[in-house]
Amino acid sequence: MSIRIYVPRDAAAIAAGADKLTAMIEKEAAARKIEIEIVRNGSRGMHWLEPLVEVVTPRGRVGYGPVSVRDVAGLFDAKFHEGAAGHGLHQGLVEQIPFFAKQTRLTFARCGLIDPRSLDDYRAHGGYVGLEKALAAGPVSIVDQVFKSGLRGRGGAGFPTGIKWKTVAEAAGAQKYIVCNADEGDSGTFADRMIMEGDPFLLVEGMTIAGLAVGATRGYIYLRSEYPHAKIALDAAIEAAERASYLGNAILGSAHAFHLEVRVGAGAYVCGEETSLLESLEGKRGLVRAKPPLPAHVGLFGKPTVINNVLSLAAVPFILAEGPEAYAAFGMGRSRGTMPIQLAGNLKYGGLFEVAFGITLGELVDEIGGGPFTGRPVKAVQVGGPLGAYFPRALFDTPFDYEAFAARDGLIGHGGIVVFDDTADMLKQARFAFEFCAHESCGKCTPCRIGSTRGHEVLDKVIEGNAPESNMALVQDLCQTMKQSSLCALGGFTPYPVLSAITHFPEDFDVKKRHLEPAE
Amino acid sequence: MGNAMSFEPWSETRASAIIAGQLGREGPMLPILHELQHAFGYVPDEAIPLIATALNETGAEVYGVITFYHDFRRSLPGRHVLKLCQAEACQACGSDDLAARAKSALGIDFGETTPDGRVTLEPIYCLGLCSMSPSAMLDGEIVARIDSNRLDELLAEANQ
Repeated sequence: MSIRIYVPRDAAAIAAGADKLTAMIEKEAAARKIEIEIVRNGSRGMHWLEPLVEVVTPRGRVGYGPVSVRDVAGLFDAKFHEGAAGHGLHQGLVEQIPFFAKQTRLTFARCGLIDPRSLDDYRAHGGYVGLEKALAAGPVSIVDQVFKSGLRGRGGAGFPTGIKWKTVAEAAGAQKYIVCNADEGDSGTFADRMIMEGDPFLLVEGMTIAGLAVGATRGYIYLRSEYPHAKIALDAAIEAAERASYLGNAILGSAHAFHLEVRVGAGAYVCGEETSLLESLEGKRGLVRAKPPLPAHVGLFGKPTVINNVLSLAAVPFILAEGPEAYAAFGMGRSRGTMPIQLAGNLKYGGLFEVAFGITLGELVDEIGGGPFTGRPVKAVQVGGPLGAYFPRALFDTPFDYEAFAARDGLIGHGGIVVFDDTADMLKQARFAFEFCAHESCGKCTPCRIGSTRGHEVLDKVIEGNAPESNMALVQDLCQTMKQSSLCALGGFTPYPVLSAITHFPEDFDVKKRHLEPAE
Repeated sequence: MGNAMSFEPWSETRASAIIAGQLGREGPMLPILHELQHAFGYVPDEAIPLIATALNETGAEVYGVITFYHDFRRSLPGRHVLKLCQAEACQACGSDDLAARAKSALGIDFGETTPDGRVTLEPIYCLGLCSMSPSAMLDGEIVARIDSNRLDELLAEANQ
């Protein structure tokens, strides 16, 4: 009988050499006349072990990682294909690795486990149970269940998904749309990418359920162009779902139609903002729209539109399959369910960690992430992407929860955590926040368009030692203006990283201490 | 990796066929621009009036869309395109030093092409490989966990 070996097709694994590794394993097995079958799975999310090769044994799946092409012959010598423990890269049973075992995987239950190209594998692991139950339950019940689950928008805004769906369901219109925001541009985030590459049918199913719920017959996934591997995975899943009548004119023989298409963005960060995204889908410059009207009323091509993040839509099949109470049983306060947290930057154990809301920032950084791989102390942690605040160690007791982070002038955003060691220069990071905003501003509103460039210039003056006190006062004032009068979160939230850097790391803004050194 | 990209020479017939092939879709502008760039390596100015006519837009509108998005080029890139991620997670892992090293080795700044037309160097803001920073993309192929040695290998490949 042939031995089944898993080698991830996830972009993180490929970027670490998984494609060449796959070819080498096949070659070596053929030379040794060992019959193997390689399945290209998604990633388990333990990225320090990528490429993580798994071998199916009677005891379970045994992992070896990180494996490079040079290790292959030695692995065969050590009988890794029998799950032997002798090799230095042997990690034991994958699901017993503490990083993995500590998680609560609801959304990522199948990611890394199944073959993302196989609809049968998806169904064999509970896939499409949610859609079948949704078809039986009907639109009103679907919306009600999503509302009762407490699911809030995982893109960062945290708006209750059920309320959004109800608004679109009640809006009049012959044509409605489901749009998935897969423009995951925040540095430190990759959960959307992992789901799309590792369990693409989950997103397809979630969007189909959303279509049933609100009466939309067409959906678009707006995918950032930096994710070519996700495009291939989604296109393959959509094609397979169409062939099996999970998409099309009569979903599973019902009277409901739903058609789905992937559209690729073009490198504009601001298109992750929902109204900018809709403009881009329509083929225009990605200029942010003023709200109201809400996209739920006047969305894509002026029609009522549900626009949700990948993770919000990907949480839906579980809620329908297991019931809203099963989802709401996890979490704290008004943050219900689980959050796929992404541990990134300077960490020993970076990757995807799905867990119920409520875990503290310190547990995530120190215990789960293992602290900086450079071996130096943590200086700052940016949570929630380029528009998120920098937190010092003093705030490590903050629980991962929408309200708890807001109470400390931060945000959880899309759940990305980027760790910096003590070599970080927070004045430089603050300047970068303005620089990035200037680079990505859509230009529609003045506070963002002009403010970002002026902020960058003023912090340059501070770095040069040019009237630092009055210029720092100017930065504070500018931040208030941007916060209060920008049209969207790009200009409105850029002050978060800037002000948090100033508040929590004042020593980096002390020009005398900086010895008037230029930044670069 | 590091396979030099080759593109078709400008052809109005080919461009018109690409545009016509996308017209059945809702909001065909971005799909058209992507496919033109895929074929020609950039979006030639000659294509602007063709798109404008097909979509019943002004040339100014089409120009505005092309110039809004970082992805679309208005001239041919070098034979190799090296994109270095410069976003926060990569900054936390030394991407600034790598960028300085690449600029110095190639003798160009971000957004420029070496005088011999071999390499275009660009910043990119996030490849979604933030747990394996710093990362880069060479001719569409992604690479993670880059250190100065790995960067030098990439530069050598790009210089071939």
